[in-house]
Amino acid sequence: MATVHKDRIDYRNKIHPHKLALWVALGSILMMFVALTSAYVVKRAAGNWLDFDLPKIFYYNTFVILLSSVFLQMSYKGFLKGKEYVYKYMLVAAFIMGLAFVVLQYKGWLALHSIGIELSGNPSGSFIYVISGFHALHVLGGIVALILALVFAFKLPYKPTYRRKNRFELVLHYWHFIGFLWVYLLLFLFTQ
Amino acid sequence: MEKNSLLIDDEKLLKENGFNDHFHEHHHDEDPYQSNFFSKYVFSMDHKMIAKQFLITGMFWAVIGAAMSVIFRMQLGFPEESMTWIKPLLGKWIVVDSAGVGHLATEFYYALVTMHGTIIVFFVLTAGLSGTFSNLLIPLQIGARDMASPLLNMLSYWFFFLAGVIMFLSLFASTGPASGGWVAYPPLSVLPQASSGSGVGMTLWLVSLTFFVVSVLLGGINYITTVLNLRTKGMSMWRMPLTVWSFFITAIIGLLSFPVLVSGFLLLMADRSLGTSFYLSEIFINGQALDNVGGSPILYQHLFWFLGHPEVYIIILPAMGISSEVLSTHSRKPIFGYKAMVISIASIAFLSFLVWAHHMFMSGMNPFISNFFVIFTLIIAVPSAVKVFNWISTLYGGSIRLNTAMLYAIGFVSMFISGGLTGIYLGNSAIDIQMHDTYFVVAHFHIVMGVAAFFGMFAGIYHWFPKMYGRFMNETLGKLHFWGTMIGAYLIFWPMHYLGLAGVPRRYYSFDVFDTFSQFQSLNAFITVVAICTFFLQIVFIANFFHSIFFGKKVTSKNPWKSNTLEWTTPIMPGHGNWPGNIPTVHRWPYDYSKDGFDYIPQIQPPLEGETTESH
Ligand code: HEM
Ligand SMILES: [Cu+2]
Repeated sequence: MATVHKDRIDYRNKIHPHKLALWVALGSILMMFVALTSAYVVKRAAGNWLDFDLPKIFYYNTFVILLSSVFLQMSYKGFLKGKEYVYKYMLVAAFIMGLAFVVLQYKGWLALHSIGIELSGNPSGSFIYVISGFHALHVLGGIVALILALVFAFKLPYKPTYRRKNRFELVLHYWHFIGFLWVYLLLFLFTQ
Repeated sequence: MEKNSLLIDDEKLLKENGFNDHFHEHHHDEDPYQSNFFSKYVFSMDHKMIAKQFLITGMFWAVIGAAMSVIFRMQLGFPEESMTWIKPLLGKWIVVDSAGVGHLATEFYYALVTMHGTIIVFFVLTAGLSGTFSNLLIPLQIGARDMASPLLNMLSYWFFFLAGVIMFLSLFASTGPASGGWVAYPPLSVLPQASSGSGVGMTLWLVSLTFFVVSVLLGGINYITTVLNLRTKGMSMWRMPLTVWSFFITAIIGLLSFPVLVSGFLLLMADRSLGTSFYLSEIFINGQALDNVGGSPILYQHLFWFLGHPEVYIIILPAMGISSEVLSTHSRKPIFGYKAMVISIASIAFLSFLVWAHHMFMSGMNPFISNFFVIFTLIIAVPSAVKVFNWISTLYGGSIRLNTAMLYAIGFVSMFISGGLTGIYLGNSAIDIQMHDTYFVVAHFHIVMGVAAFFGMFAGIYHWFPKMYGRFMNETLGKLHFWGTMIGAYLIFWPMHYLGLAGVPRRYYSFDVFDTFSQFQSLNAFITVVAICTFFLQIVFIANFFHSIFFGKKVTSKNPWKSNTLEWTTPIMPGHGNWPGNIPTVHRWPYDYSKDGFDYIPQIQPPLEGETTESH
């Protein structure tokens, strides 16, 4: 039986319930994208499909989001080890890279437009816009979470408590998920 | 066998064996959850109050949804009769001709059918059933203070409420609510030129259901996390009541399938408002060619039914769990084949993802692909049959208390058998070519899903009403309600099989141009009359429900049904946190009824002398 209680549900918490809840939610988000990519496969098999090459910028952008994940991971490590500067400034770096990703995705859509692939054209192009757009929406959600994390980092005195660690981990896991989701989507579109 | 009653002093057990989680030290003088009217009754974060909110909202929608069916049944049963008398309510949707005879506008007929399906499937049998009982029972039956996240839980209800408000408003749109069927197939649902209901009504329908999905996901995340993380000491997974198992697995199916529906909706919305052609190709409408090419309407059907079929199990699994619990408690026997029941629920859940295209045998899909879906569809009958066998075996030789809850649980089994059997016909693609989109399908799913799930819900309401309101519902009225509804439901839906076998198509406004179907006019009139009677009989239930909240017979002991599960160890009206002192710890599975000469042994009872537990 637990003697110290960090919070009221500590006696069984192998995984903190909020974290488990997040993972379950990530499963649902993943299902949305699995559905979209399956729809892509089904529609392509049904014919009347226009093939074209994905603009290069989408590939470069993958590095941006992955780098952002690396920065956030470093920030987390800094948070745990008591290196306050690493924690704060890596968080800023992750945030900036996250923003850069969204901006570059927008450039990607412009690049699509410039090679004549329109949102309202053949579904093969519409799928790219919808899939990457819907993904970008989830990135924006992550950016909001990063902003909250930034507020915590700069407004509150540095104190690596259990609660703050846990809260940070929620953001961290979501952000990694969004990054790898993009890798999955890109590999999918590349191999199709 | 003479049955002794074990003298159970649960106060003492809770004190000595209970687990002190220091819960009450955090809430000193004032309980932040229930400090004023708003936080207690409106924006409540207490799972028991949220359960009641889901239930009463669900009941509201049930009345609206059923009333709609009464109106379109009048059209089907008595197409010649004037409906002018209902004009004050429906306004311009009743078209009065020069002779003063009023008829239901054809578009509004479709709108009613669409709204009836949407409301009953999503708002009543998903939110009203699973939302109510998952919220009420998961924390109480696993020994938790509340859900893992009471805040998300509250949001789950309010998103449902918002979805309801939007759907309700859509009923008043001047072009009418969505009218393309509850499945909203494109291209009809994309093109406002095709049907007036595909205009703003359809937009509101999509927005409403998107909020609804948010509600289901928030609820589901909570149910899963709570079950996995907040079980009390001793409550292993294999000691959970079947109710909790069914809510848990239902939540998993929901989290995997509803997002797919959202993706389908996303593409539909893009087609509607961004000019894409995911579902549209080469369409002529009003003599004009649209420039959409390259899409496929079948794609939507795949995405819809990937949710749609699991959705029917999302509806029925909680009803199964509730019925299992009620059957076991009121026949004073352990549920027969507990593990087989759990495995059946899990395999039904798994298989439900592999059968969706049995709704699409007639869509022009490759017939070789149909074979795959035929086989898995027929396999799903196996775990379903296992469950039916176990329910009947549970009843066999029991000391049955034939109260209203029990009657409804038995009625559930009856309905599930009757409707499940016709599913096996439909699952064969060769037969389905004839049956698809006829009244045979309507009969199938109303019996197996509509009525059966309602019966599971009624069983749950009559059984747990004492836990919700500290009073009993009236038994005499309950029995009247049961027998009337049971007989009424069979009389309404059984004849529909014959209509379907003869080829009468569903969703038709009238059959006056088909001479062959005129022979069924009197049968249709009969169905309508019974439907109206059964609808008004529900007043007995609603009156009984609300009257009993205030004036029902008071519950005087904690455990009126002599049940084993943990919710009956809480005070008669549990406050926030459910147990005033320690939370209970669990020492056995929930189905020790009529064991070793004892009538029942609750889960909080440690092993008795010389007793072997876990023998199931
Ligand atoms: C024994 C297992 C079952 C089998 C083999 C089965 C098979 C089928 C098939 C093949 C159809 C499509 C018929 C058509 O449109 O031509 C169908 C329709 C339907 N089934 Fe079942 N079913 C079974 C159990 C259930 C259960 C348990 C539920 C719900 C709780 C259910 C709900 C529905 C619904 C709602 C529809 C019609 C949907 C619509 O077109 O609007 N079925 N079933
Ligand atoms: Cu199905």
